[in-house]
Amino acid sequence: MDSALIPQGVNRCPLWKFALGIAIVGAVLMWGVYAMMLVWIKGLNQTNMNDAYGFALWIWADLSVIALGGGAFFTGFLRYVIGINDLKNIINYAVIIGFICYSSAQLILGLDVGQPLRGWFIFWHANVHSMLTEVAFCLTAYFGVLCVEYVPLLLENRQLDRVPFFHNLSHNLHEIMAVFAATGAFLSFFHQGSLGGVSGVLFARPFGFREGVFVWPWTFFLYTWSAAACGPCFTILITKITEKVTKKKLVKDNVIQILAKIAGWMLATYMVAKIIDTIYWATVTAPSKGFDLMTFYSNNPLYGIWILILELVVCGIVPAAILITPKWRGNPRGLTLAMILAVIGVCLNRWVMILQVLAIPVLPFENWALYMPSWQEIATTILPVCYGIILIMISYRYLPVFPQEKELNPIAG
Amino acid sequence: MKQTQGNNGNKKFGMVINLDLCTGCGSCMVACMAENNVPFKEDETDKLDSITWMRVYKLKNGKSWPNADICYLPRPCMHCGGHGDHGHSPCVSVCPAVATDYSMATGIVSQIYTRCFGCRYCMAACPYHVRYFNWWDPVWPEGMERFLNPDVSVRMRGVVEKCSFCFHRYQLAMNKAFLEGRRVLEEDEYQSACTQACPAGAITFGDLNNPEHAVHQLVQPDPKHAGRPRNPKAFRLLERLETNPKVYYVSSRKWVRQSGDNYLKKEKQKI
Repeated sequence: MDSALIPQGVNRCPLWKFALGIAIVGAVLMWGVYAMMLVWIKGLNQTNMNDAYGFALWIWADLSVIALGGGAFFTGFLRYVIGINDLKNIINYAVIIGFICYSSAQLILGLDVGQPLRGWFIFWHANVHSMLTEVAFCLTAYFGVLCVEYVPLLLENRQLDRVPFFHNLSHNLHEIMAVFAATGAFLSFFHQGSLGGVSGVLFARPFGFREGVFVWPWTFFLYTWSAAACGPCFTILITKITEKVTKKKLVKDNVIQILAKIAGWMLATYMVAKIIDTIYWATVTAPSKGFDLMTFYSNNPLYGIWILILELVVCGIVPAAILITPKWRGNPRGLTLAMILAVIGVCLNRWVMILQVLAIPVLPFENWALYMPSWQEIATTILPVCYGIILIMISYRYLPVFPQEKELNPIAG
Repeated sequence: MKQTQGNNGNKKFGMVINLDLCTGCGSCMVACMAENNVPFKEDETDKLDSITWMRVYKLKNGKSWPNADICYLPRPCMHCGGHGDHGHSPCVSVCPAVATDYSMATGIVSQIYTRCFGCRYCMAACPYHVRYFNWWDPVWPEGMERFLNPDVSVRMRGVVEKCSFCFHRYQLAMNKAFLEGRRVLEEDEYQSACTQACPAGAITFGDLNNPEHAVHQLVQPDPKHAGRPRNPKAFRLLERLETNPKVYYVSSRKWVRQSGDNYLKKEKQKI
């Protein structure tokens, strides 16, 4: 029924199957929408956040999706600015994933403020000293860039491409894409960094606080670095999942290997920097405020030293080692394992840098504060995941997302 | 935060709380809530979402009888001056919409309820937990609206609030002084509600910059070290974080003074 919209020369599942998939994911999405409406109508009392946990699951989700969406800016930077031509075969998908991540982040931010209708105050009454101001400006601007990067792909839909204006617009946008990619990389550097600065500047929260250079704490640079390392890992992971679901090879191995190798070296160098940062923080910064390392990891039922080891070793050094070793990286299982670990690692880093910061008592006569999200928080966090799946399903079905798909999956006859 | 720095006749209102006198009666908390129209819930058992601009903590020395000792510590907003007392309080510098600001004229950290959009970054920044979010719209028992303080606006759901050092009282006192042709307030003309309510006289309030005021005499703030107390029995909470609070505590008990900050094990042994 919808064959006229499907790119030529590729196979897609029957419409009923596609519609059924959309309906199933859509049902979960509607659950999230219901929770979202509850939050907007009744307020943040629908969450389990409290005065100790002003930031919680949503902020973690925000920081995580933005880090994972970093594949878009970094792959774009590698493809258009550095000129690694092979990456043209995965850049479309990286842009779609980035678009989903950043639009999800905006949605979550819209939920997470007490007075959503005053959200524009952050632009109108901007405080130049606040990291959140920088986040808001750069994130919004970069989302605009992502929209511009997504548009040419949308216009490549078979029916839209027949309209001369759209065809020419798409072509011309492709021609100047390097400008947008460079702008995107510049903006991403600042918003990824300022997200790192969110906890890094909290000089009265010794777990999060870091020294730095000028107005930027070290976490500013670490967040950008980790997003550039783990964002492409997420792009590859989602590509692999898409290949599993569609039962097709969509991107050639050499393309995946190039991106995985670069991500691996980014991750390896990030880990060196992160470990140096951790050692300095644990031996100099925190003790100067009266805290030794183990006070951050004891006297509570959840946050033990295991979390630091999991982040740095299991989800940091291990995936970095796999990805920079050609033999291990070339093994499909090794590659998948590294991708999963890297993604978990960056999400874990965002978790501790937000939630553990707040959980740790700073006043000596206070106790640890632990928190369990409400179902409304969980549903609204799953909502963007469902939205992402649906957008990927629609994009994959109707747009030529993978340039190598035809070649890798020739239609018989 | 772009105002001129330094004394220049500016006030620096602060508070000194004598912990040896505090009995933990809670009068300061009650007075604060009544004075500032602080909303409350029908069920206040969950203190993690209760609003208490002034909160009294109970501290124990951790020893068993007969050496056991307790101390009650009232905790309003610290009105931090930040590093070097330049007005970069932990909360002020992070607010993305300038909904909280530091006044160089009074040293008071303000909260502009109509500007706050409820991002709660200031709450994450404050180590003293003095900032509270309005998780619900305020609901007053029937008839209580008539007894709200008309000088203090009630806050709506979704914004952050905190102790203001009863700033509305400063405004009223200044208005009165202006009408009488004066530009300077007497010490007793501007006092916070908690100060006046304390039956033990444990709370003293005034201008830390004014050597004639009791707060100055009690703690002898050192201007070269952002107001650090020179009185050896006085201390500020979390001094090592360099937040530079304007609330000082006084106690003759060493363990109480040590409870105000964090120390490494080896430092504790030296102390």
